[in-house]
Amino acid sequence: MSVIGDKAQPLNKAPSAPDVETPFMRFRSDFMESRVAAVALALLILIILIAIFAPLIAPQNPYDLAQVDILESRQPPGAKSFQGYIFLLGSDGAGRDLFSAILYGLRISLSVGAMSGVIALAIGSVIGLAAAYSGGRTEAFIMRIVDIQLSFPAILIALMLLAVFGKGVDKIMIALVTVQWAYYARTVRSSALVERSKEYVEAANCLCLSHKRILFGHILPNCLAPLIVVGTVQTAHAIALEATLSFLGVGLPQTEPSLGLLISNGFEYMLSGRYWISFFPGIALLITIVSINLVGDQLRDVLNPRLQK
Amino acid sequence: MQSAVVVFVMSVIVFFGVNVVGDPIDMLINPEADQEDIEIAIRALGLDKPIGEQYLFFLKNALAGNLGRSFIFGEPALQLILQRMPATMELAFAALIMAVVLGIPLGLYAGLKPESLFARTTMSVSILGFSLPTFWVGLMMIMVFAVILGWLPSTGRGELGTFMGMTSSLFTLDGLLHMLMPALNLALLKISLVIRLTRAGTREAVLQDYIKFAYAKGLKQSRVIFVHLLKNILIPVITVLGLEFGNLIAFSVVTETIFAWPGMGKLLIDSIQQLDRPVIVAYLILIVLIFVALNLIVDIAYSILDPRVRLGDRKA
Repeated sequence: MSVIGDKAQPLNKAPSAPDVETPFMRFRSDFMESRVAAVALALLILIILIAIFAPLIAPQNPYDLAQVDILESRQPPGAKSFQGYIFLLGSDGAGRDLFSAILYGLRISLSVGAMSGVIALAIGSVIGLAAAYSGGRTEAFIMRIVDIQLSFPAILIALMLLAVFGKGVDKIMIALVTVQWAYYARTVRSSALVERSKEYVEAANCLCLSHKRILFGHILPNCLAPLIVVGTVQTAHAIALEATLSFLGVGLPQTEPSLGLLISNGFEYMLSGRYWISFFPGIALLITIVSINLVGDQLRDVLNPRLQK
Repeated sequence: MQSAVVVFVMSVIVFFGVNVVGDPIDMLINPEADQEDIEIAIRALGLDKPIGEQYLFFLKNALAGNLGRSFIFGEPALQLILQRMPATMELAFAALIMAVVLGIPLGLYAGLKPESLFARTTMSVSILGFSLPTFWVGLMMIMVFAVILGWLPSTGRGELGTFMGMTSSLFTLDGLLHMLMPALNLALLKISLVIRLTRAGTREAVLQDYIKFAYAKGLKQSRVIFVHLLKNILIPVITVLGLEFGNLIAFSVVTETIFAWPGMGKLLIDSIQQLDRPVIVAYLILIVLIFVALNLIVDIAYSILDPRVRLGDRKA
């Protein structure tokens, strides 16, 4: 049984019998069965909160040039700053407090990754649905494009686009969306093909509901489970890809350093033994990506109807 | 047939990317040239003609291998890239060999003894291998092995040796030392992949009748594992590795930048940063050709390796 598919029945029963397990409760207890996944989820929520409230937590606004002193550059972790707070993780080549820079960088990395993921999900699922529903030549044509695109590595496509368009937040978003939409299209199409032949779609057809309503009101909600799984994994990929591109110097501009750019800035100081400028942003990136991946893994196990007892 | 279409579509995209999105005069002609030179160049590149004719002109030039001259080096762009190609190829090959030499035995062991501590550690490390951003691992390798321990050189290609007409870092000790870190860095993801593939294949195969029969015949364990089992799990591993070779070439852009390896990936990044556009265009066209060729080779190799897939069926 799919978790999302049978939402309708228990919702009606729940008020009369409070001890009945709602799908959400079952989903929650299934998810929490793995302690690793529970820890990963807690970490991920913590990271997201930190990113949202970065201006309140960070001792310094790293974009505000008035607060950054070049004389304080390359301080080791634990050194005391002129303003009185402590450089918890040291300072970077421009004198920014690394801890603050990481919090702000996390914000940029997460928002770029999540936003491109959402846009790619929207575009990909509409195209995938259209392919599955129309069938015939349209479907063959769309899926051929998807196949061709997926035969090229993501980083190569992103590099090509950025080489032609140049740097910038909008450009890197375009690149990330272009890279990702094909995965969503393929996922939606394969599950929509299964759903399309089920009885409830036939029933909806008999009721003369519009194509739009059948597609978005009936088929799409039932394809959500695999989409959520692909979405989490793809968001982790997008964050890693953005970091890689920024590291290569073709991603985000220097004025708004994401984690990848912070690591890249630290590269030149590393050979002289100042490890912290690259090391700590990398750890932040690593924790983010690993926790998203672990949550995604557990979601896949929980949401997969074939693995359900 | 499909490959031809892909090449054609890509050439159109690259052409439009350069000529319509950007200003072709800016893109293909050195900005430091004077007015007279610019006009000569415009005529030479056919930029005074209508757009359809321009595209044909571009195609003709590209087919003749004439993709413009580099602003920085003053050499033909294509030649510049082809000079750097052996360095990238040898790095990718070294990474591929590492993935096979390390990945298959580890995966085999993890598949045969899934409960042992060593197998569990291997699997957890391989999960990490998937999640770790390649470029950061590269930096940390430099920090540990080059800066702190001082065992390995961190940049460049080292001394080159010549063997049977091929010049490569593989044939000198210094070259090998230089290659160790970049190749391992590039191979990390593929090692994890091979471990997982081999382990999954092994776990499936040990339960099958032909393995039980081989044991029942009284064959030695080593013979069962290395002859009967390995033969059967190798086919998917080899196919995936073939497909991943292209991926290695693409990812070498990152590794080459970190380790200052003078390959074509580093050339691309340098060119993007110095706005050396003819080199960028030439690189993009060349890499698409390489990819299409690789996919074709893997398809054909697959049909040779696995008799169930034949070219005849694919056309139908």
